Amino acid sequence: MAENIVIALGNLINPISLLMMTLGVAGGIIVGALPGLTATMALALLVPFTFTMDASVSLMVLGGVYVGSIYGGCIAAILVNTPGTPSSIATTFDGYPLTKKGMAEHALVAAAVSSGIGGVIGALVLLFLSPPLADAALKFGPPEYFWLSIFGLTIIATLSTGSMLKGLMGGTLGLLLSTVGISPIGGDMRFTMGFYQLQAGLQLIVVLIGFFCIPEVLVMIEKKIRDKSITSYKPQKGVARGVILELVKKPFLLIRSSLIGAFVGIVPGAGGNIASLMAYNEAVRFSKEKEKFGTGIIDGVAASESSNNAEVGGSLVPLLTLGIPGAAPAAVMLGALTIQGIRPGPELYTTYGDITYTFLFSFILANVIMLILGFYGSRHVARVINLPISLLAPLVVFLTVIGSYALRNNMLDVGMMVFFGFIGYVTKKAGFTPGPIVLGLILGPIAENGLVQSMFLGQALGSMFQVFFTRPISLVLILFCAISIALPIVSAIRNRKGGTGVA
Amino acid sequence: MKKARLSAALVMLLTIAALTAGCGGSGGKTDTKAGDDYPNKPVNYVVAFDAGGQSDIEARRQQPLLEEYLGQPVTISYKPGGGGAVAWAELVNQKADGYYMAGYNIPHIILQPLERKDAGYKTEQINSVAIFQKTIVGLAVPKDSPYNTLEDFIKAAKEKPGTITISGSGTNTGPHLFALLLEKEAGIKLQYVPFTGAAPATQALLGGHTLAMAGNSDDLVKYPDKIKVLGMASAERFEALPDVPTMKEQGYDIQVSVDRGVAVPPGTDPAIVAKLEEAFLKIANDEDIKAQMLKDGFEPVAMGAEESKKYIEERTQVYTEIFNSLTNAQ
Repeated sequence: MAENIVIALGNLINPISLLMMTLGVAGGIIVGALPGLTATMALALLVPFTFTMDASVSLMVLGGVYVGSIYGGCIAAILVNTPGTPSSIATTFDGYPLTKKGMAEHALVAAAVSSGIGGVIGALVLLFLSPPLADAALKFGPPEYFWLSIFGLTIIATLSTGSMLKGLMGGTLGLLLSTVGISPIGGDMRFTMGFYQLQAGLQLIVVLIGFFCIPEVLVMIEKKIRDKSITSYKPQKGVARGVILELVKKPFLLIRSSLIGAFVGIVPGAGGNIASLMAYNEAVRFSKEKEKFGTGIIDGVAASESSNNAEVGGSLVPLLTLGIPGAAPAAVMLGALTIQGIRPGPELYTTYGDITYTFLFSFILANVIMLILGFYGSRHVARVINLPISLLAPLVVFLTVIGSYALRNNMLDVGMMVFFGFIGYVTKKAGFTPGPIVLGLILGPIAENGLVQSMFLGQALGSMFQVFFTRPISLVLILFCAISIALPIVSAIRNRKGGTGVA
Repeated sequence: MKKARLSAALVMLLTIAALTAGCGGSGGKTDTKAGDDYPNKPVNYVVAFDAGGQSDIEARRQQPLLEEYLGQPVTISYKPGGGGAVAWAELVNQKADGYYMAGYNIPHIILQPLERKDAGYKTEQINSVAIFQKTIVGLAVPKDSPYNTLEDFIKAAKEKPGTITISGSGTNTGPHLFALLLEKEAGIKLQYVPFTGAAPATQALLGGHTLAMAGNSDDLVKYPDKIKVLGMASAERFEALPDVPTMKEQGYDIQVSVDRGVAVPPGTDPAIVAKLEEAFLKIANDEDIKAQMLKDGFEPVAMGAEESKKYIEERTQVYTEIFNSLTNAQ
């Protein structure tokens, strides 16, 4: 192992591989920033070019792209309220309000710094804790997935700003939308109306762009027409320093969010989108200024971004140790490994130790490179929103059309995006927020699969109770659900009593 | 329910809008002047599954050699969804000029049109160019399982019908057929638990959530120190797992495999098909490629257009029979 580490460090200081990785990170950031172009796609496009590369260099480049693109997603989320990748859904909640307040640079710097910190924490988890955590990941069976998704749904309480009823309705709509297509179990056609394209169901990113981006563009235009007031960004001095100082004061926020991210990443099938939403939810729960979330505070951006970048390292844990990818981009990495003739598993740390450790160390470095690029880029990137609306609005719409199409080369997806954009606009006017809807859409399939598979297991065991309520991880998740539901009720009651003078 | 119908209606509206907007381009039939100068522009190679999956890896393996043999760039794109059905529905509606081909899988292209009324294509519309690879379905249990042989497994299933859980990828797929056929041949009752892919099904087995798995050979060779393979559903012993007996050897005549091939739209000029066939067969017979496939747990195959079409017909008969008898029985 020691000699592997020496070789790995030697590989790292090779200027050509370093340069390639930096380019990978930069390219990843650009792809991530464009809505619809995802980390998975960036990696898939790059894999053929890595054939001819040395195995360790190719992994460094791919790792760099993965890290960069997950970070890049925050840029569109902050500037135009569109998650560049699904991982940055929660970044829109506070990132975009910050932009509207003219504090785009604050948000971008906070995102860069917390992404970097989260990424490094995720990478450390990957480096030191892979084998034991991979075993933990295997403990996640159908009942655990079911309870995890139920716990995830309790986040609706946090996401429904204003009316809880509307939040719940939105969540239900999301769950319903997630049933379009072929049922994952049983293979029945649902709501396809005879259109073969709908067999594939609704694409999360298409719905995301529709619900988050299109209404915002319309509002942007509306504002321009009505009161001429537009969102702008003026470079200020000392922003970076102020933001870093503020973040340093909240180490628990960053560490907690990163650990949530790494943990969710380890569980195969739960990706950065769930990680960032959960971290955001916990940030609200633990905060003393709950009411400020959603109005544009740095904590919200930091929670989401540190978590989704920590998820990257986490998603590689089951990949490297078991050959089971923790998330979609990790699946592409698996393909790249296979092509290089490397089979994930224990021999990755022995036979291929030099390559593996090079990758693990470079992964930490990639996060640092990302932090630096993001940090110094923020000021320039923030200027994008100073473009006149007559230019910015069509540009954004243009990108969303390209993005929706590029996703799976399906024209129907573009139609869907426009359709959900109008729905999003109308529901926004009616006081609905898109958060609960996309949450339902993300968690619906996980909940459904977990439920039906658990029922099959229960049938075989002869006891549903045993499957759902006696497994240790399930019990912990059930407890989380209970706390999550009870806490707001308890505090509401306490507030009411407080109002009448009873302490 | 009302809500469901509402969203259904909305989705339909939108679909109509999108279809009218999007269907201008495709359509035409055979391109007459094609043949001699084919190919004179880049060829599109569609993968019907997600990037990074096995179909993708295979296409990527072929891509550089295809470009060399065809003398034109080959662009790989992804059209995942519906277990491949979306890509195949598009394939059969494309211009039959030889510049659009898609990877396809058996039994998917046979079972989907059987089970769904509107899969978007018919099995006989898949105009096969070649089949280049097979994965054999096999039965696996964890290393520490009390079942050491197929006999143990079947004995246990007979003693406690319906209590033995077996994970597999999807419904009406190779692994699912395997489980159903095993029930029929051995006269046992299993509890098949479908997962959304081979990776989650394997995860369920390794995590001890199910007692057994019907898995593809490429997954079965990956975990030699974690699982025991009790039988392979092939005619001959599988080369990468020479110590594992076939199901047939053990008295159960079950043969299930997932075969990968490539197809062009119906009505494509036979001269074009022949050119593509030649390139794919050259690759399929490449010793280096064959060795890589074997190492990854696949059986290299080299069937040309005619042979693969016959094979699809033969399999269609077998699977239709099984499918009908099973759906009637249920």
